[in-house]
Amino acid sequence: MARLTIEHVTKLFGAFRALDDVSIEVNDGEFMAILGPSGCGKTTLLRQIAGFDKLDAGRICIGDTAVSTVERHVPPERRRIGIVFQSYALWPHMTVAENVAYGLTVAGVKDPERMRRVQAALTLVELDGFAERRPAALSGGQRQRVALARCLVTEPALVLLDEPLANLDVHLRAAMADEFARFHARTGTTMIYITHDQAEAMALADRIAVMDKGRLLQVATPSQLHREPADETVAGFIGDGMVLPVDVRAVHGDGTCATDLYGHRVHMRCTSSQKTMSTARACLRAGDLRIVELSAPGVRTRVVRAVYQGGYFRLETHIEAHPEALLHLTAPEPFTLAPDTALQLLVTDGWVIPAPAED
Amino acid sequence: MTDATGGRERVEDLTLLWGLVGVVAVLSVLPLARLLLEGIAPNGQFSTAALTRVLSSPTTWTATRHSLVTAFGGTIVAVAIGAVVAALIALTDIRGRNAFVFCFVLPLMIAPQVVALAWLQLFGPSSTLLKMIGLAPAMGSPNPLYSAEGIIALLGVQYAPLVFLTLRAGLRTLPQELVEAGLAAGASPFTIVRTIVVPLMTPPLVAGIALCFVSCLGNFGIPAFLGIPANYLVLPTLIYQRLAGLGPSVLSEVAVLSVVIGSIAVLGIYLQDLMLRRRDFRITSTSNPIRPFELVRWRLPVEIALWTLTVVVLMLPLIALLLTSLVPALGVPLTASTATLANYDYVLFEHAAAKRAFVNSFGLSATAAVIIVVITVPLAYFLVWRRSRLLRVLNLTAEMPYALPGVVLAIAAILVFLKPLPLLGVSLYNTIWIILFCYIARFLVLGLRPVISGYYQLDRTLEEAAQITGARLLRRLRTIILPLVAPVATAGALLIFLTAFNELTVSALLWSSGAETLGVVVFSFQQGGDSTYAAALAMLTVAVTIALMVSTLFTTGKLAQGVLPWRG
Repeated sequence: MARLTIEHVTKLFGAFRALDDVSIEVNDGEFMAILGPSGCGKTTLLRQIAGFDKLDAGRICIGDTAVSTVERHVPPERRRIGIVFQSYALWPHMTVAENVAYGLTVAGVKDPERMRRVQAALTLVELDGFAERRPAALSGGQRQRVALARCLVTEPALVLLDEPLANLDVHLRAAMADEFARFHARTGTTMIYITHDQAEAMALADRIAVMDKGRLLQVATPSQLHREPADETVAGFIGDGMVLPVDVRAVHGDGTCATDLYGHRVHMRCTSSQKTMSTARACLRAGDLRIVELSAPGVRTRVVRAVYQGGYFRLETHIEAHPEALLHLTAPEPFTLAPDTALQLLVTDGWVIPAPAED
Repeated sequence: MTDATGGRERVEDLTLLWGLVGVVAVLSVLPLARLLLEGIAPNGQFSTAALTRVLSSPTTWTATRHSLVTAFGGTIVAVAIGAVVAALIALTDIRGRNAFVFCFVLPLMIAPQVVALAWLQLFGPSSTLLKMIGLAPAMGSPNPLYSAEGIIALLGVQYAPLVFLTLRAGLRTLPQELVEAGLAAGASPFTIVRTIVVPLMTPPLVAGIALCFVSCLGNFGIPAFLGIPANYLVLPTLIYQRLAGLGPSVLSEVAVLSVVIGSIAVLGIYLQDLMLRRRDFRITSTSNPIRPFELVRWRLPVEIALWTLTVVVLMLPLIALLLTSLVPALGVPLTASTATLANYDYVLFEHAAAKRAFVNSFGLSATAAVIIVVITVPLAYFLVWRRSRLLRVLNLTAEMPYALPGVVLAIAAILVFLKPLPLLGVSLYNTIWIILFCYIARFLVLGLRPVISGYYQLDRTLEEAAQITGARLLRRLRTIILPLVAPVATAGALLIFLTAFNELTVSALLWSSGAETLGVVVFSFQQGGDSTYAAALAMLTVAVTIALMVSTLFTTGKLAQGVLPWRG
């Protein structure tokens, strides 16, 4: 078990900043998801942690050992890390048992002990009786479990999971995700889970680090990330949030404030350091919007279109006086509003995005 | 550096990397540099005497002219045959494709000197075959193949498969959509071939032409068998005659001749590069290969034409060779009572040099193949996955011993190894080891190319998964990477074995008593007038070659696709 400390890590590919001053602290035994769209630098970060690439600035420590600095680079062979690769990377010329035993053989573990541990690892992933099979003869989910058993048999201090569910069928994903969660609970290993799927990250992780364009945007618990995004990108990326300009009129001491949203008064949540300002931006969720009578207080919008999503509609509207400001919400079946119908929306909640720190 | 930061891993990496750099440098840079040095500074002293003497000799320019005439002529014949056959095989719906490809590619795998010998048995006054059917010309009339035209025709036949293979590989990458878009626009198949297929196939065609030209230029076996009797000398045979007649004393002169022929080859490769650089031929999409055009009522005639070509080019000469190997002496007609296996008995069990040659050729080819695999697996690892800059530069020089004519490498090797090796004090010249060195240097690329493409098809995480468990480089190479690239490496090794087994160009210049190869013995039998022994020995090498090629057809799955040219 070990802490992982990533401090101001920068990685350049030519002039391109694949990682730009990234700092993340992962606690011992924590399940940390690293979430971001493809190309955000999350795989580059994983390769830095594993030691496959050298960094250009900053420091990575596993436990108390600095494994990557500009001057010093511990090769991957010596980092005592386990990785489950996206492609599983099972060796096709070896049986399941040989795949799992490889790390033990390398470490010089001899046979009764080695066989016992391989057997135990296979039992743990519920693959007893598969020891002599070849990877090619296994299903996707079984291959995934072999990869997991192979990674854990050497009891690594830190386990990196690189989009481990991306290659599985949808119906298998939930089951495997459960398996990871149980696994983490049982072993207590520090786990870093790379994914672009926020539902997966939300379901599994203790905390989530959101990355975009090589930068770390926010590290927070799943609920905090959803309720209190640190900036507009996170607000837009997580949970399909709407980012709108608001005027913060008055800040109350309890982390709430009074705002004006296109002339509509809304009570919103904010940080304790929030100041009154006319150019703030707020993040709204679809669930924060409610259709009310046209005469009731609220924001007057017009329907742009309704998209059927199976059981409900995603309703897209724009604010009547500001056609560039779009709002979306869900409406249950049956739903029969023609485009351009007027709709009055009551905003019940919102989060004022903290202003960027003054540079 | 303390051990915790991976001192041992670094040492292992660097030792292997620099070891490979050293090996590649010794195999390619050292001999070629030594050859160039000899050209300007014979025996270590700067002098233009040898250079002037060779370049002012009319013999040099006659041979150069002959080389260019036969190389261009052979290329034209090869391209005409190879391109038409490639188009028919890749684009149309003819039947029995795999069997045809096997037969058509066969001349490439059979030694040029054997092809030459077979054709000589087909024509001429003493042709056993022609005698049997009563068509043999009168005794004393010259064999029509002993001429420039003969050399050109045989070079064309020998290297048509080269053009065929490069073009077919190109046609396989031609996306279906490009052709279908043309069809959808209303173009006829013929218009599509003319306006879409041919323009896009320019790179493989140009590459095939260049490859074919350089191969024709460097060919020794065909001009040696057909040109020397007619005193029609090309540069490789001129070099051979000088060296065989006068020994190492003329090394400086033949070094200059080697530089001349090497320069022509380099010029050819450079022109190819220049032509391809001027336009953008990149094919953007990848998809299924094109669906064959239906020949309908032309299918049968085309099939008959193709098989007729195979029979004329391959079967008839081989039958002529076989018949000659069965007569007691040249000129004796073959009948039930004259037919004999005595020639085989003689070369297999009586003639000492022939017996030795079997052992030598088998040993040299197998050893070279194994050593090349041992070199190329880690070499390709550093080239493809580690992207070592130093090795990438060396990779280009590693191509040279193969791209350049074989005589160039042979002369360079003599220059390097004539003097005793430093420290050891023994000279490799006049031993079998100098031939082994040349085989490894020359055929390294044959093994390297498939292994490199093998690495490109492998998922590197397979290696990283082993690395992360703590396995160091040598262990990963042995337990993970070698098993994964084994199919391509084996296929490459087989190609090396067959090529080396049938080789003559290098060994003709480097053999010594006790270190004869099969090619050398066939050559000396023929030169000594023992055509029946030559035919018997040549038939045996053909049998071994075909047997090995056929055996690969039954190992589907074990050997990688796309490495062995005769497998569809």
